[in-house]
Amino acid sequence: MKKLINDPLKVADELVEGLVDAYNGECKFVGSRSIVKNDIPDGKVALLVGGGSGHEPIYHGLVGRNLADGAACGDIFAAPPPNIVFEATEEVDRGNGVLYLYGNYAGDVLNFDLGAELSEDEDIDVRTVLIWDDVCSAPPTEKDKRRGIAGLVPIVKLAGAASQTAKSLDELEAAAKKAVLQTRSVGVSMSPGSIPATGKPTFDIGEDEIGLGMGIHGEPGVGEIPMTTADELTPKMLDLLIEDFEKDDEVEALASGDDVLVFINSLGATTMMECLIVLRKVKALLTEKGINVYDVMVGPLTTCQEMSGVSISLTRMDDELKGYWEMPCQSVCFSKMEGRYGG
Amino acid sequence: MAKETLSIEETRDMMLAVADKIIEAEPILTDADRALGDGDHGVGMERGMTAVKEALAGNEFPSVGKVFMGVGMAMMSSMGGASGAVFGTLFRSGGKALKDAETLDGAGVATFWKEGSDNVMSRGGANPGDKTMVDALVPAAEKAAEATGSASEALAAAAAGAAAGRDASEDMIATMGRAKTLGEKSLGKPDAGCVSVAIIAETMSQFADS
Repeated sequence: MKKLINDPLKVADELVEGLVDAYNGECKFVGSRSIVKNDIPDGKVALLVGGGSGHEPIYHGLVGRNLADGAACGDIFAAPPPNIVFEATEEVDRGNGVLYLYGNYAGDVLNFDLGAELSEDEDIDVRTVLIWDDVCSAPPTEKDKRRGIAGLVPIVKLAGAASQTAKSLDELEAAAKKAVLQTRSVGVSMSPGSIPATGKPTFDIGEDEIGLGMGIHGEPGVGEIPMTTADELTPKMLDLLIEDFEKDDEVEALASGDDVLVFINSLGATTMMECLIVLRKVKALLTEKGINVYDVMVGPLTTCQEMSGVSISLTRMDDELKGYWEMPCQSVCFSKMEGRYGG
Repeated sequence: MAKETLSIEETRDMMLAVADKIIEAEPILTDADRALGDGDHGVGMERGMTAVKEALAGNEFPSVGKVFMGVGMAMMSSMGGASGAVFGTLFRSGGKALKDAETLDGAGVATFWKEGSDNVMSRGGANPGDKTMVDALVPAAEKAAEATGSASEALAAAAAGAAAGRDASEDMIATMGRAKTLGEKSLGKPDAGCVSVAIIAETMSQFADS
């Protein structure tokens, strides 16, 4: 795979520098490798995201207006070390606490927890909400073993909006937890991405196979199935999502009349054309069940280099979440105007 | 000559000796990890201990605990990944538990190993028998707690405990980390994290007796 880079070991640093340049004064580079907004108001309950680099535009591309206040950026596909988490925390803190919101991966949890400990030593109040939207990574009774994938994007959007009006860390934590609980994703992969420093593929999969439920780094999911069409695959994926809402005691089953936000994510190489074909089927299947598509997101927002595959995320919206969604937001990589399409 | 207590400067110099020893042992650690993991433990520890030397050499600290905390911070900032987090936790938690003490005595040594070991377990989620560094930490902490005398005696006891734990890890089947997929193939070789802990404990003890 041809990659337009410089020193392979400096890819993460250089991409974050480029991101700061893209923000053109809206955000700054902090400490060893964090990105933080310049205009965080005093007293604001801060929202910090983060994780390994190489999945752009997440996580650091979600820093912005009415989005996250900052991001702690790891090396390529690696968790940010605790000092980076701490440096970002210190910079976003406005005296009213900091919420960490990130995907549930062991390395991230270890390092963010240590970052929280360092921050607490400096009397910064830190709370953590983990994102675990990948329904194929563990059963609903073992959410602590679930991975965070593309559902992170709507969740951070909703939490970012909530953080604008939250009066306390408790309030923001509750809003973020609700967004996490109501968001479920299922992904498939067709071919791997490659590690920039080595050029090696992140996993192996047969030419004629699709990894159903496979994680964004090639982690095992439901298993490999023969390559098929969009209209054959989409119902299988959607069934896994609907089944998960049914099986999970912590949420109601999806029912006729429910409003859902639909997000079709490309893992990098899968084209907008393919995402739209999947969306068309998702919309038809949900309509059959009487489930209302409240708004739609489509595009490559949670990627793994040139990995091909898509994920479908559903977020069930109540009045509170709709209020957060309809707030406008802006970042280099993800912006929307006030309200919703069709609203 | 065996030491009753170690001063702040002696504690710092002891950890500098540990850093040198681990850097020297990089090929041993790499081989140990290549057998069971992905072979990056030696290089990671070398990078961590190089950062430790930068953080400690020529610097003054207000307490012995802050020396250990400086070691932990340097390791977690430079190593990354899970091993940076757990080795960082060992030294940070162990050091934090010593509060403002200006000397390291036998009881302090026991506290260091006990708190470090407990926090590594709660942070990393490993239990004794999982074939991780915990299998050297727990016996090191137990032996240090049994030794009721000088700093030297407690450090020697911890070193003996860690060495026994490293040897015992050869007979364990890995259930955590990258080695867990090897199952019974992990038998017969020590855990690389245990090898590191044993070198650290042994070098601390040798320093106190020199």
